[in-house]
Amino acid sequence: MSDGSRIPILKVGRVLIVPIQVDMDDRTVIQLQERILSELERTGARGVLIDISLLEMVDSFIGRVLSDIAAMARIMDARTVVVGMQPAVAITLVELGLELRGVDTVLNVDEGIKLLRDEFGIGGDAEGDLMQGELSAFASEPINRP
Amino acid sequence: MPQSQSIALENEHDIAVARGEARAMAAQVGFRLVDQTRLATVASELARNVVKYAGRGRMIAHAVEGAAGRRGLRLVFEDTGPGIPDLAAAMRDGFSTGRGLGKGLPGSKRLVDEFEIESEVGRGTRVTVVRWT
Repeated sequence: MSDGSRIPILKVGRVLIVPIQVDMDDRTVIQLQERILSELERTGARGVLIDISLLEMVDSFIGRVLSDIAAMARIMDARTVVVGMQPAVAITLVELGLELRGVDTVLNVDEGIKLLRDEFGIGGDAEGDLMQGELSAFASEPINRP
Repeated sequence: MPQSQSIALENEHDIAVARGEARAMAAQVGFRLVDQTRLATVASELARNVVKYAGRGRMIAHAVEGAAGRRGLRLVFEDTGPGIPDLAAAMRDGFSTGRGLGKGLPGSKRLVDEFEIESEVGRGTRVTVVRWT
């Protein structure tokens, strides 16, 4: 169980990488959304890669927030890719009737980075090679930064 | 293994506790991973409804045994909140009086084998679901 704040947001090249490794309560999900958007604004990143490979469940609330993040990031000129959804989670999502509208999903982080680079032109050589980019921002900052 | 568990539902943290408990009991009953995920998701949806619409209530999880010794998990969500005026509408995909997507009730029904909802305006709501191994 998360205490609400310590999901890291890493900036690699022009992509924010968000590895979700714990079950999140609703408040944590909303806080994460706010933190991703403020990191987008602060860093000028153009892509968001959310790794949910350790997430054991996506319900309608988390699904809606993932769609919202993608829509809001899009308005801020950034693309969102969700990677690593477990098969059991995917089956349950479809039965629940969720579509994750506006969210690109791929199998793993490699595919996610490839999609951002090849399809959206984010994180290419001209912008500093994504694969060799520095981990420049561990999100050790306050959650509710204004 | 505990045959029955009651979880108080009063806030967002409790919703996460409820889905964790549903998953743990599903594992103990012997459900495979995808069914554990279905039950955790149903618990999350229905526990959230309790907190969101009634403010408080509880989830009771029972390990049950059916015909021919078949094992199952029954989850009961009950509250003494405002109740649901139009059950038929609430069970339709896309219907929501809150900020949600309207997937909670109809979506949950698709994830279980048995689904029963009783509600009385001004008295409260009880949703009972069962999934069999």
